[in-house]
Amino acid sequence: MNITKEEVRKIASLSKLEFTEAELEKFTSQIEDIMNMSHQLSKIDTEGVKPTINVTDAVNVMREDVAEEPTPREELMKNVPDHEDGFIKVPAILDEGEDDE
Amino acid sequence: MNFETTIGLEVHIEMQTKSKAYSPAPVVYGAEPNTNTNVIDWAYPGVLPQVNKGVLEYGMRAAMALNCEINQDLHFDRKNYFYPDNPKAYQITQKDTPLAHDGYLEIELEDGTKKKIGIEEMHVEEDAGKNTHNPNGYSYVDLNRQGTPLIEIVSKPDMHSADEAYAYLSRLRQIIKFTGISDVKMEQGSMRADVNVSVRPIGSDKPGVRTEMKNLNSLEHVRKGIEYEEKRQRGILLKGGEIEQETRRFDEPTGTTVLMRSKEEANDYRYFPEPDLPTYHISNDWMDEVRASIPEMPDKRRERYINEWGIPAYDAKVLTQSKEMSDFYEATVAKGADPKLASNWLMGEVNAYLNDKQIELADTALTPEHLATMIKLIKDGTISSKIAKKVFKEIITNDTEPKAWVEEKGMVQLSDPAKLQPIIDEVLDNNQQSIEDFKNGKDRAFGFLVGNIMKQTRGKANPKVVNKLLTESLKNR
Repeated sequence: MNITKEEVRKIASLSKLEFTEAELEKFTSQIEDIMNMSHQLSKIDTEGVKPTINVTDAVNVMREDVAEEPTPREELMKNVPDHEDGFIKVPAILDEGEDDE
Repeated sequence: MNFETTIGLEVHIEMQTKSKAYSPAPVVYGAEPNTNTNVIDWAYPGVLPQVNKGVLEYGMRAAMALNCEINQDLHFDRKNYFYPDNPKAYQITQKDTPLAHDGYLEIELEDGTKKKIGIEEMHVEEDAGKNTHNPNGYSYVDLNRQGTPLIEIVSKPDMHSADEAYAYLSRLRQIIKFTGISDVKMEQGSMRADVNVSVRPIGSDKPGVRTEMKNLNSLEHVRKGIEYEEKRQRGILLKGGEIEQETRRFDEPTGTTVLMRSKEEANDYRYFPEPDLPTYHISNDWMDEVRASIPEMPDKRRERYINEWGIPAYDAKVLTQSKEMSDFYEATVAKGADPKLASNWLMGEVNAYLNDKQIELADTALTPEHLATMIKLIKDGTISSKIAKKVFKEIITNDTEPKAWVEEKGMVQLSDPAKLQPIIDEVLDNNQQSIEDFKNGKDRAFGFLVGNIMKQTRGKANPKVVNKLLTESLKNR
């Protein structure tokens, strides 16, 4: 299986990562190795086998619609690098998010 | 060249469950930032989502109200994207097995034509948090909305004008409101529409290239956005150009649409089945249970009002615009009010009052019981329609029992002939000239006498009874 540097660049950009040319070279060959290894799975005959959605046999695991006490904001903010007035502060990303208004 | 427009709508509706879709944090609108969240919403390491039963049930209600077929075997899917409004870096949604599919709703256009608009599918998913961009180079994130359950309803591309899209959205909003799963307020974001528009020459066998407008938050914007897109796309086609498949934003100040991103920049969401959630099966019993919890829909109510209570079609339509009004009307009739009179009062005085004050029925002190009592007082002649206006003002502003109030204020109408006759006789005795004028054909004299009788009774005399008694008395003079 042949993986191109362009594909790696695309995956990186989807993950908001940036690499140098040297890193791209390295990752391209590494990802190619990984893909080739995992590609062995496609040799297995899966004719008539239903896709596995979940590896447990659990069905209908649900909770009743009851609200619990939220986690205190101070607790949650302990792992936030920067916050202000109760908001999480992040570098501005002007790219439109999926459900951004 | 003549063109035809094709429109499809994707509508997101926030469902007002008590807790979030996959976490037990409360769903509250307008709270202090980050005060209604928990570790699952924040995607802390090691947390596991769990499906809220209420979300599937609310979704089923919407599906049934929209005549959809329910998918009885379901799973959830993961939609991957990086954005600070969603710390998981993915949205748990449904792609392969949407909750329901193949439904429809019926729209009615201004000219009265009715048309069925198909619903392709509808699925359950979660809302993201809210980002506020600040010119200081930072964005401020509030995750309260993160995990709020959404139902996304995807129409078939069955609409061909801005008017049809407008009618579809108003109808959808009305139906969802009746199911009780959401307040569907577009201006507050609990209902948002993505609009797909394409234009092609009439007779062309190729579908037009569509553009998408995202997150429109008012019916007017939807109408204006579509009208602008139609014009823009026709213009390009007329000049021999090609439409680009792209996402555009409706720009409110100019009433135009602006390019947001082209197809090349389109996201690649790399969907796959959500491994953190098991599969779901919706049994027939469960469906029956949910079906029984859905209130009667507006169309059914409308028919009932027309057929059982003899209400004119137009009135029945107005009364079923909202569930609050329709429920209130039915409760008033149940309390013994005449259906036609109750309808007249709600559509007339009550609606005028609500419009004037810009408030909802629930914000007033009016109860179905008080309205019914007042209507009964009018019908049995206890109060005049003039006095009724005073009573109405009282019962809509204060929680006052009308019967006791009318008696206490001495507003009860004087209808007893035995009490009215002596007053009439006295007025006639004192106005010999008017009697002569009346006999000489001066009709105005009659009005003058009635006025005098009213004065004597301080406006409480029943005008109908007075007219009858006075006519008879004049004959005997």
